[in-house]
Amino acid sequence: MRDIIFALSVRSIRLHFLRSVLAALGIVIGVVAIASMGMMGANMTLSVTEELSAMGNILVVRASGEMHGGGVPGMGGLGGGGDDEDLITDDQFKDIQRIAGKYGTVYAVYSESDTIEYGDSERRTTVYGLDPDLIPSIVTLSDGSYPKSTSSVIIGPTLAERLDLKIGSKIDIGDPDEGPTTTVRVVGIIEERGMSMDLNTDSAIIGNEKLFIGMYGGEGEYEQVNIALDDINDAETVKTDIEDQLNRKEEEVSVLDSSRMLESITSTLGTLTSFVMAIAGISLIVAAVSIFNVMMMSVTERIREIGILRSIGTQKLEVRKMFIYEAAILGLIGAVIGAIFSVAIGYIVVLAMVGTTEYFFSPGSLVYVPFAMLVGVIICLVSGVYPAWRASNLDPIDALRAE
Amino acid sequence: MCSSTVVELEDVTKVYPLRSGDVVALNGVSLSIDQGEFVAIMGPSGSGKSTLLNQVGSLDVPTSGNLYIAGKNIGKMDDRDLTRMRLNTIGYIFQKFNLIPLLTAFENVEYPYILKNRKRDESGRVWNILEVMGIDSDLALHRPSELSGGQQQRVAIARALINDPKILLCDEPTGNLDSKTGRHIMEILARLNGEGMTVIMVTHDPAIAAYARRTINLVDGKVN
Repeated sequence: MRDIIFALSVRSIRLHFLRSVLAALGIVIGVVAIASMGMMGANMTLSVTEELSAMGNILVVRASGEMHGGGVPGMGGLGGGGDDEDLITDDQFKDIQRIAGKYGTVYAVYSESDTIEYGDSERRTTVYGLDPDLIPSIVTLSDGSYPKSTSSVIIGPTLAERLDLKIGSKIDIGDPDEGPTTTVRVVGIIEERGMSMDLNTDSAIIGNEKLFIGMYGGEGEYEQVNIALDDINDAETVKTDIEDQLNRKEEEVSVLDSSRMLESITSTLGTLTSFVMAIAGISLIVAAVSIFNVMMMSVTERIREIGILRSIGTQKLEVRKMFIYEAAILGLIGAVIGAIFSVAIGYIVVLAMVGTTEYFFSPGSLVYVPFAMLVGVIICLVSGVYPAWRASNLDPIDALRAE
Repeated sequence: MCSSTVVELEDVTKVYPLRSGDVVALNGVSLSIDQGEFVAIMGPSGSGKSTLLNQVGSLDVPTSGNLYIAGKNIGKMDDRDLTRMRLNTIGYIFQKFNLIPLLTAFENVEYPYILKNRKRDESGRVWNILEVMGIDSDLALHRPSELSGGQQQRVAIARALINDPKILLCDEPTGNLDSKTGRHIMEILARLNGEGMTVIMVTHDPAIAAYARRTINLVDGKVN
């Protein structure tokens, strides 16, 4: 009560309680919309970043001319299989090994998309052929053992789950309508890795390269060469060295740097988040209009009171303050209630859209709550400026005469 | 200008520009009012008496001429200084009481005190003035809408007096009251004048004007 102007604002809000609550409700909705959309984007970015950065030290070399659709090069393997596809030759592989060998593990990947059959179920999947000695250093198993013979394979967890495959299950690779099929035995299940650019193992089959050549031929023609760097800081050097040497005469290979890809995905997600938040922001504009409306009503109803206040010595600035306080109080109430709801609703949205709430309580995600509150309060203040200005500039004599 | 003069008008005119033509509300008014006077301004409606009161009350400034209040020329003041003049030098009493509906009687009286002193009244001054006006501590905690007309006007007088004004301006102070209550209010004003307060009152009721010791008649914006 020390600040009588503030007390007047509070009493005005209390006097028109329902109207004030409805106006604040708009702000609540706006704050919830912005905060939960922001948190959804943040959680999406965090979970994708986490998955991708696990492979942050991978360089992928592919033959040039092969189009990978730009976005997620790791998916290229699924589209493979055509005869006219450009592949990495054995000579190129040896060159890459010579250049990059000292920086980490270099391995060539055979890859083909094919049909597999287990019992009555049929599915298309990616079949990878790798050097059996290197498989243990490239993939981790959650169950079983690494393939030693040319008739044993390891499979991704998603594939295992979908086809209900277990260790010891026998699957047929190849479409029986198109030619002979090959029967192999599952000896291991690969640990879940999520999306990555080197190998998408979650729903793939990995076998000995001899098994692969036996089924599809094409020895010494690789889909891609992966380099698992010991130190991620070497990425630029290795990339430049390979490009300088192999592409000296003509563009033979392209080197994909996963940290670059990570950056571009993160920035794409960031743009998407901003866009979704901007749409959510429209609800705040609607809220701003309702606050503006309530403030204008408050000014119009209180013209006479403003006249009294002015005639007994209240400065224009103090009248302005009174209405700005009113808008600020509405904004704060709306923002605080909105913040409480946005944690609850944000949690549900994140769970539904991202699938995990692992990152929900991280600072990068929760920061959207105070951010949305701030936006809500600022919107309210801005909506209150014109009504307050109008109130303070009323002529006291005219205002006193008003009924 | 005599040192005891609190209001001095020199050839004051006030013109309201309207689309249908200018309206001259005050047409070269010159008069002076001394400290401690009780002046009634009379005249038919449209004679400019409200305009004159608004000028003296620093709610409006003259179109031309000089108007000194407590030695200061209000024609040369900006809105800030005019507002400060209303807060510190002038006590305004209205026909319709004009208390702030959101505040209690006590807070209505305390309001100008807080505006001036930037703190709540801890000296008991508000209670004292309310008591002098016959508003007890129980009534003082009610909102204006819960008070009778006479009570409201007494609260309004208390509010007008809280900052020790030099001039008490009354715009038809009994216009909304029955004659008995009106007489009571006039007795309060006469008593305040007896204690040295300058009272300037606009009225069209000769019985009310009789309380004043001087009457100024305005006709068509001129002193008659």
